[in-house]
This record gives sequence, C-alpha cells and structure tokens, in this order.
Amino acid sequence: MLQISCPYCGVRDEVEYTFGGEGHVQRPTPDVSDGEWSDYLFNRINPKGIHFERWCHTYGCGQWFNVARDTVTHEIYATYKMGEPAPEVDRNPSKSRDRSA
Amino acid sequence: MRAPNTGRIGARSAIDESKTLEFSFNGKRYTGVEGDTLASALLANGVHVVNRSFKFHRPRGILSAGVEEPNGLLAIDNGNGWVPISRATLVPLVDGLEARTEGCFPSLGFDLARILDFTRRLWPAGFYNKTFIWPRWHAYEWAIRAMAGIGVVPDDGDLSRYRHCNRHCDVLVVGGGPAGIQTALDAANDGADVLLVEQDDRLGGSLLFDPARIDGRQTVEFLADATRKLDRLSNVEVMLRSTASGYYDHNVLSVLDRSAAERGAESVETFWKIRAARVVLATGAIEQPLLFGNNDLPGIMLLGAMLKYANRFGVSCGASVAAVVNNDLGWRSALALADAGVGVSSIVDVREQVDSALTDNASGRGIDVFGGVSLVSATGSRCVHGLTVRHGNGRETRISCDAIGMSAGWNPTVHLYSQAGGKLRFDKDKQCFVPHECLQNVDVTGAANGEFVVADSYNIAARDCSPGSTSKQWIDYLHDVTVSDLELAVRENFVSAEHLKRYTTTGMAVDQGKTSNLNALSVLGRLTDREPGDVGTTTFRPQFMPVTMGAIAGNRRGEFYAPPRLLPAHIWHVGQGAEFDDYGPCKRPAFYGAGRNEAISREVLQVRNSVGIFDGSPLGKIEVRGSDAADFLSMMYVNTVHTLKPGKVRYGLMLDENGVVIDDGVFIRLADDHFLVNTTSGAADRIAAWMEEWRQCEYPHLKVIINAVTSQWGVVTLAGPDSRDILQQLPAIADLSTEAFPHMSFVQGRFEDGTPYRLQRVSFSGELSYELSVPAGRTQRYFETLSQLGQEQGIAPVGMEAILILRAEKGFLHVGVDTDGMTNPLDIGFGRIVANKKTDFVGARSLRRVSDQSDDRRQLVGFEVENGGTFEAGAHFVVGTGQGQRSEGFVTTACQSPTLGKLIGLGLLERGRQRLGEEVHVFDEGRITKAKIVDPCFYDPDGERMRA
Repeated sequence: MLQISCPYCGVRDEVEYTFGGEGHVQRPTPDVSDGEWSDYLFNRINPKGIHFERWCHTYGCGQWFNVARDTVTHEIYATYKMGEPAPEVDRNPSKSRDRSA
Repeated sequence: MRAPNTGRIGARSAIDESKTLEFSFNGKRYTGVEGDTLASALLANGVHVVNRSFKFHRPRGILSAGVEEPNGLLAIDNGNGWVPISRATLVPLVDGLEARTEGCFPSLGFDLARILDFTRRLWPAGFYNKTFIWPRWHAYEWAIRAMAGIGVVPDDGDLSRYRHCNRHCDVLVVGGGPAGIQTALDAANDGADVLLVEQDDRLGGSLLFDPARIDGRQTVEFLADATRKLDRLSNVEVMLRSTASGYYDHNVLSVLDRSAAERGAESVETFWKIRAARVVLATGAIEQPLLFGNNDLPGIMLLGAMLKYANRFGVSCGASVAAVVNNDLGWRSALALADAGVGVSSIVDVREQVDSALTDNASGRGIDVFGGVSLVSATGSRCVHGLTVRHGNGRETRISCDAIGMSAGWNPTVHLYSQAGGKLRFDKDKQCFVPHECLQNVDVTGAANGEFVVADSYNIAARDCSPGSTSKQWIDYLHDVTVSDLELAVRENFVSAEHLKRYTTTGMAVDQGKTSNLNALSVLGRLTDREPGDVGTTTFRPQFMPVTMGAIAGNRRGEFYAPPRLLPAHIWHVGQGAEFDDYGPCKRPAFYGAGRNEAISREVLQVRNSVGIFDGSPLGKIEVRGSDAADFLSMMYVNTVHTLKPGKVRYGLMLDENGVVIDDGVFIRLADDHFLVNTTSGAADRIAAWMEEWRQCEYPHLKVIINAVTSQWGVVTLAGPDSRDILQQLPAIADLSTEAFPHMSFVQGRFEDGTPYRLQRVSFSGELSYELSVPAGRTQRYFETLSQLGQEQGIAPVGMEAILILRAEKGFLHVGVDTDGMTNPLDIGFGRIVANKKTDFVGARSLRRVSDQSDDRRQLVGFEVENGGTFEAGAHFVVGTGQGQRSEGFVTTACQSPTLGKLIGLGLLERGRQRLGEEVHVFDEGRITKAKIVDPCFYDPDGERMRA
C-alpha cells in the first residue's frame, strides 16, 4: 500500500490512484517503420531499480503526473507534473537497513 | 487405555473460578471458568483427544497454547453461527459455547478412516499425484474430495458484523509481551503517538506464565508497574485481541480487531489498515517440537504450553510428565512446571553434555534425569503412556509417563518481518532464523529478534530426526507429513525448500508451518548435506493468522457488494411491469410483462410497426469544448471530424493505439468549439478517462476541456414509424419534419416549463427514431408525458433485449460483443473511412501494418439459418472433421428474428467478406448446424425507413 504525494493535492493513499505504466514514452510520428512503431507500442523498460512512471490521481483531482519509484523497495524519490523533465535522482538502489548495524 | 491425569490444580490470577461457564464439546456438556480458553477448559476437564488428523485420521490432542496450534482446530458456535477451523487455544470461553470436531466419521472416538493410518505405507507424500492419474483423475475425484478438508463451510449465514477502519501512528508496536511493553513505554516517553497491538486479551505475553525475573523483579510486579505507566500515558493506545495479520509496502499493516467479537448478535470484527512511520515487531517466538516416533500422540505437548496452562489457567496437563528437551531453557521450563505443582517425573535430554547445575537441581527434586539419549518412540494408542529412549550403549529404557512436554528450542515469529521484505539469517548458536536486514522502517526486538535468553544459557543442540523408523516421526501435524515423506521427496530430487514444501505439503496447512518449517528445513539440510541456512526458508505471505472472510469484505457484502445503478425513471419502468437485468453497471428493463420470448418478440414488432419507448439514459455523454476541440476529437476518432457542421451528428469509431476497436457511437457538433460525444452505455466512464489521459499526457497544448455528463441527462428514445407524430406534439419542440430535421440532426432548446432538452435524430433500430435528453431528474416526467401522448398510436415500452435484436437485424455492431481484442476497423468494413481520413489519429499507424491489412483476418459477417436450426453466440465456424477440425471464427450474436422469422446473427469469420453466400458449419456444444454467410444488414439495407 504505497503512499504517494500528488503534485496537486499532497500525500494520499495508493487506493486513490491509478497506475499508468512507464512515463516519458515519446509517441512517434506516423512515418516511422513498423519496427519503431511496435517498439513504442509494446516495449517497456521494466527496470530493477528506479522507474519513471505515470500515475493518475483518479479518485482525487483526476490529474496525471509522474513518479520516480524504486521497483525493488517501492521507495518514491520524486513526483512531478506531466510535461516536466525527469528529475535527477540517486540511481544507486537505496541501502538496506542492516539490523546488526 | 489411560487418559493423562489433567485437571485444575489451583487458582490463578488470570482466571476467576467463582464464575463458571457452561460449554459443550461434540454434544457433551462441560464446565469451565471465566478467563479460560476453549483449550484450557478442555484440558481442565480431562479431554485429551480433540481432533483427528487430516490424512491418516490419527487421534490428536492439544499441542500448544497459542497461535501455532495445529491440532485443536475446531468448529465453534458462540451464538453467531458455526465458524470452522477455529484455534481452540485462542478461543475465549463464553457461556453456552458449542464446539465440535469436523472431519471424523462416525465419531471422534471411533473414526473409520483410521484405516488409512494402518495402511499408511500405501499413501506416502504425493501418492495421489502418482496413483490417481490412471485411467483418469475424475474417476477418483469425488471420493478424494469427500475425504479432503479439515473443516466444513457452514450453511447458515454469518451473523457477525464487520467493518473497515484506518489509522495512522508514529510508532506501531506489534506484541504486548515484555519487549513490546518496554518499547511502547520508551517511544511514548519520547513523545511519539504509539499504538500497541496485542493478540491476547491482556498484556504480558510470556510474563503471564513464565516466572523469569526481569530487572531483578518478579514478572507480576514488572507487568503491573508497566501496565500502570501505559494507562497514564495519553499518547499510547493499546489494542487487545487484535492480530497484526499482514505487513505491506510503505509500512502499512492489517490488523484484525476481535475485541468486540464473540458477544452474540452484537459481534463486530474490525479490520484495520494502520500506517506507521516506524514499526517495532515484538512478536515473540514459538517453541518447536522434537522429532521421534509417535510424537503426535495426544498428551504430547510443547513444554512452554504446559507451563502456560499451569501458571495462567491453573491446569495441569499430566500427573507424571516427561520433559523432553535439547536445550537449557527446556530444563528451566521443566523445573518451573514442577514449581507450579505439576508432577514432572523425568527430564530427558538428547545432548551429551548438560550443565550439572541443571541436572543436580532436577535430581534434588526427585526427578529422573536421562542425558545423552536418543528418543525412539512414544507409546500409547489414544494417549501417551510411555517413552522409549536409547542410551549410547544401545540399551533401551521405557520411561513411564502420562504426558510428554517437548522443547526443541524457540523460533522467532518473523512472519511479519518477512512480509515487510526483511531478509533472514540462520543463527547457528540458536539454531533458528533471525531477522537480518529490511528496507522498510521496521525494527525487531525481544524473542522475535532471537533474544530468548536474558541471563541464562541456551546451548541448543542442532535439530534432527531421531534414529530408527522415520515413518511415524511427525513434522507437520496438520498436514500429516512425516520425516519419511521428506526422505522420499529428497530421493526424487525435490531438494529446494520450495519444491519440498509443494511435494510433501509440509508447512502448507492453515498453520503455515509454525511448528513444522524449522524441523523440515533442518532435516532437509541434513539429508542434502547443507546447513539449514543454506537450504533457505520458503516465503511468508499474509495473512499471519486466518482472517475471517467477512472481515476482509467489511460491509461490502450482500446488497452492498455491488450496489446497482438504477435508471432515473426506474419507478416508471417498475410500474410498466419491467423485468430488470444487469447491463454494464446498470439495472435496466430487459423486457416488459410476462413470458420472456413472447414479450421480446412483441416489443420488436412494436418498433417495426408503430412505435416503442425505450430508456437510453446510460448512454455515455461527454462534452468536449474549446477552440481546439475538433483537432482533439480528430485524434480520437477514425472518422473525419472537421467537416461536421454544427447541428449535425456523425457516427464514429474509436481505436486504441494498436488499432483495435474500443468503442463506437455518434458525436455531435453543437457549435464550432463544442462537441457532444456519445459512447456505448457500458463504456461511458472508461472512454471519458481514456480521452482525459490523451488530453493531459499527449496533447496538453490543445485548448480543450472534457466533461463527462452521462448521469446529468436522462434519455427517452422513441423508435418506430410513428415516433415523429408523437414527439411533434410536445409544445415548443422544434420542427421535426424530415426537410427541417433529417436523419443525423441535432437540436437543443427549452420546453415551455423551462426544461432544457437535447434532441438527436439517430437510429440504433433501423427505424425512424429520436433520442430526447432531459435533465435526469425530469426523465420520468417525460416518459409519462410521451406515453400519454402516444396512446393513439399504441405506444408501448421496449426493453434492452428487443433493442439488441433490432440492431442485429439492422446489422449494427455492438463493440465488445461483435468485436474482440483483435478486431480493427478494416475487419468490420470501415476500410473506406480509414482511407478517406487524411490526418493522424490514435491507432492509425497500426492499421498500416501488413498483418492488419491481411485478407485472412476474421471479418464481420452476417449469417442466417433456414429450416429451424439453432445455436448460441460463442459457437464456432468450423472446417474439417475429427482431429483435423479447425475453427475459422465464431458467432458473436445469434437471435431468432421476429421480423424475418428465422435465426440470424453476426460473427467474425476468416476471409468473411469474400465468402458471402457460402454455406458454413457451426459447432455448438457438440452439434453441427449449417448456416449461410450473408451481408450483416438483414433489414432495410438502403436505410429508407430510418431516413423517412
């Protein structure tokens, strides 16, 4: 159960949001090759680590926005409005909290 | 046969012997006292056999005193109906409680299926996978299903009520034992908002029965002092009888609160969702059983559980107890048990070296001590009456006892930690898995962190099975898994922990292996020459404890499970004798009056011959407005948008980016910068969200707003040749003549009473037809008015079923019914429209792929069946016979046409449009029917009637 900060409304529970897959995907112009078009349609990066993705605050303001989330830890590094560039985040996966430390 | 000499041995502070409670077990009446659990009350009454085992139907008694109980799983009725598989060790005794054993026949005392135990060699792990595949599984399935299961789902309803609640806190402490109490006090003194969750009905945990000293004080003193302090702190809340059952991302835990349950019809269970900035798990540890022959006999229990029954409930589990241990803490428990007044006759230790202080202490009390022996077997049939041990020199001794208390050391309760994503590490000194590292903000403290021993020594021996036959050394009591089953699995190379678990089902029962996983992993490690830590653990998943299904559902059950959406004129339809059915999210009239088929046929002919009135309110209505509205919609629709004139209506198809048809409907231009989009009724919400996503994410620069107004407007549809005559009678309505208001026109205005209306001349039936939209709250009034005005023409209401036949006769497709997830606009005959569109639109590029343009694709066709043959939607068009038979597509719509008097319909057929006139074979549930492929439009192909 993630807790996400909507750039318009603030911190809300995951139940208010809808996941929209990878963000910053560029829609090609219609003159691209079949290969480039199918890459846009079907191929997504699915990284282990930081993922820039889009979410919609469906049961809130209804606005789409971007989230930088670690797919391993679910840590959320940033949320930012649609159209804004992806922020620089520390791409090293966050260190485990070692209990013996 | 002798029963263990169990019974009440004295008063304890946690029970009130002056308050007796009546209860029954398998129909027999017993008496317990206030403060008892069902298990302690049964033991106090000398009931030693409480259940039969799952597979071999061996008699079983209470093993534990807590959440780990694998045997005492009984059906309970405390006034709220029967609840199966309740843990007797956790069920608080209430007056009038009824309990029964399920899964034994004819009785708990004599179970015929015990034959399985005496023929046990025939039924090793996985036997049913190997044995019952020949000739086929279904020949045996009924008998196996009848034997399977450990509880019976009650027939009668659940009288309890359930609710969901949410809460936030700074620190959530799970577990109200010594470690949890101290953590809560420390955090509260630091000013944090603290929530302490405890499964028991009181705080204390092990302090309630373990006489160990804390900080030099007696446990009772420490507990009383700590409880007073917690009471005084306003920033601490304690939740009792509440089990943290799941640990989810971002520090959310689910907690089942049963503090208001089991109070008759007032019973309420609350399922909490708690988010904490920091979580501290003080969940304690679970004592593990030892492996030896017949270690499942009634009377054999965990030693710590015996101590708990003695010190908390004043119940002795035996008059002559043999304590069987592999660690120093077991000795301490055995001596404490003797202190509590329970007859401990012997202590048996499998270790060669035992601290002489312990042995001397025991011997001094007259307890027989056996060190460095291996355990051979317990003896007895329905309860234990002896234990045979083998000395180093091979000589065997039979120790007489009426109960055995086992302590193979403790295993931290790390389930929640593991669910949080925490990694475990095997601690060789403690022979158990302890928390290692976790990415969430969680700490583990006390026994849950492997801190079993404060001052004393532990010196636990490595776990293993005993020498000798392994076929009666039980690892998983609940699923009846023995050491020999593990050996079989390893012989067949199921050596990964996950494979072993699935092959033998060890640890997969409702107790999730709380007393079996560690033994299984230890034995597996020895069989495969690995350390338990290298074997690894299986994955722990929510829920830690079974959670009532009703608690998960909360109030979303019965009529609140999926509340129906009613039409604004619902009451009018009821008055007209409508039979309702679910169409998308709405309850809509399927037909009116009695006799389904007759009613539907009558309604179809009503529209064809005169006029019908139909409720189209769920029709999706989305307003798109702004100076760039036409540009935006041009991207959304396959069809050309810019050329549409204000006041005109155009049919449109929407695709996804893969070129697949996702919706259709008409769109209307109200003004240059203002459109109204109609969607399929079931797709109204989905298409509004779809368009909004494109607007925000891809076309944020366009000046356009999208506003879904579906529920604001009710729609009264008049369909049939007489519809104009009726509608024109409405005062202040526009001129409806074909010259002034032809097919595919739109007008809006206000009636005399000020009611705004929107009127569009469109047709889904193929007849002259109008859709009149009025504000939802006034819809019923216009149903009344128009049916009044139409009396002369014999107007009658028409339901969804008739409309669906009317549109099928006309060959109008229904997206999602006549199309599937592969259908593109070329497949349904929209190739010319696609070719005419000069600009880009969503899905356009995909239609240019070779595979999208292939003639071999499934294409929309009509079919008709002469000579009375019949089949249903979903039937397949087939070619060939026998093994070579192949599907060429399927029937999407099939209906008996009242207009044409035969079976007609639509389907998706390979190369369909080239095959008009061909006779095809239709396969439906084993029968083949011949059908003729025709153009999809069966009725008025030139559209003269709807344009009239």
